[in-house]
Amino acid sequence: MAEPATPDAAVPAGAPRTSGPRERGLRDGPGRLLVTLYGVFTVGAASRSLYQLSTRFEEAPLAYALSAVAALVYAFITVALVRGGEGARRIALGCCAAELAGVLAVGTWTLVDPSAFPDATVWSDYGRGYLFLPLVLPVTGLLWLRRSRRHER
Amino acid sequence: MLTPLTVAVAVAALLLAAWCAYAALRGQPVKDWHYLGMAVVLLLTLVQLAIGVVQLSGGQRPSGDTTVVFASYLVAVPLCLPVVAMVSLGERSRWGSATVAAGALVLAVLQLRLDDVWAGGVSVG
Repeated sequence: MAEPATPDAAVPAGAPRTSGPRERGLRDGPGRLLVTLYGVFTVGAASRSLYQLSTRFEEAPLAYALSAVAALVYAFITVALVRGGEGARRIALGCCAAELAGVLAVGTWTLVDPSAFPDATVWSDYGRGYLFLPLVLPVTGLLWLRRSRRHER
Repeated sequence: MLTPLTVAVAVAALLLAAWCAYAALRGQPVKDWHYLGMAVVLLLTLVQLAIGVVQLSGGQRPSGDTTVVFASYLVAVPLCLPVVAMVSLGERSRWGSATVAAGALVLAVLQLRLDDVWAGGVSVG
């Protein structure tokens, strides 16, 4: 990809984030990897919960409802990361914190009282069925979002 | 399901993931050779999709009531690499390579799930 002709200094402070190709936002660099992974988890969790809720909600209502909530949280973070900007960064920060809390709570819950979850969710056993990515992602996300605040100013 | 092909796709995807992860570690973007590698693996997944469709339309079904799940995995598999390839075109840095590695890893995991679901599936997911 060609280097942009205008240096960063040409972009006025507070200009929209779409301005210069050189401007590094939430979705660039490591953010690109995060967006991709969150996108994968959004699609995965959403299709899983759609299938489960539509075919056999009665079997494990709690587990399937939780899958749907997880899908929503993932979708919010994905969109926020792609949009960028301070507002989106704050929303993503909140969602990542909620996600981390969710993984920890549900992970502990499934270990303490497995009978509450006849079927697995994305967050069961701290996301063991998903290579523990559900646990790794929010931590990485929080770190990235903290770091980007310094970069974006 | 054709197990040898599933294994072949999984191994090829893992190799691609390792290759791109190596590029990411060295701080390099994905190059033409990597895209060729992606194309090869993508071709394998398309063959897999074709065989899967033929088998399903020929009346073969996964053990257990999981045809919908199986079909959605079958369709999801060939989508992995084109998506990460697009992302890596827009991110000419080590993070583009890391993204392709992640996509190939997801593909390998999907192969595992595909095999699971065909054999009756442990749980839906």
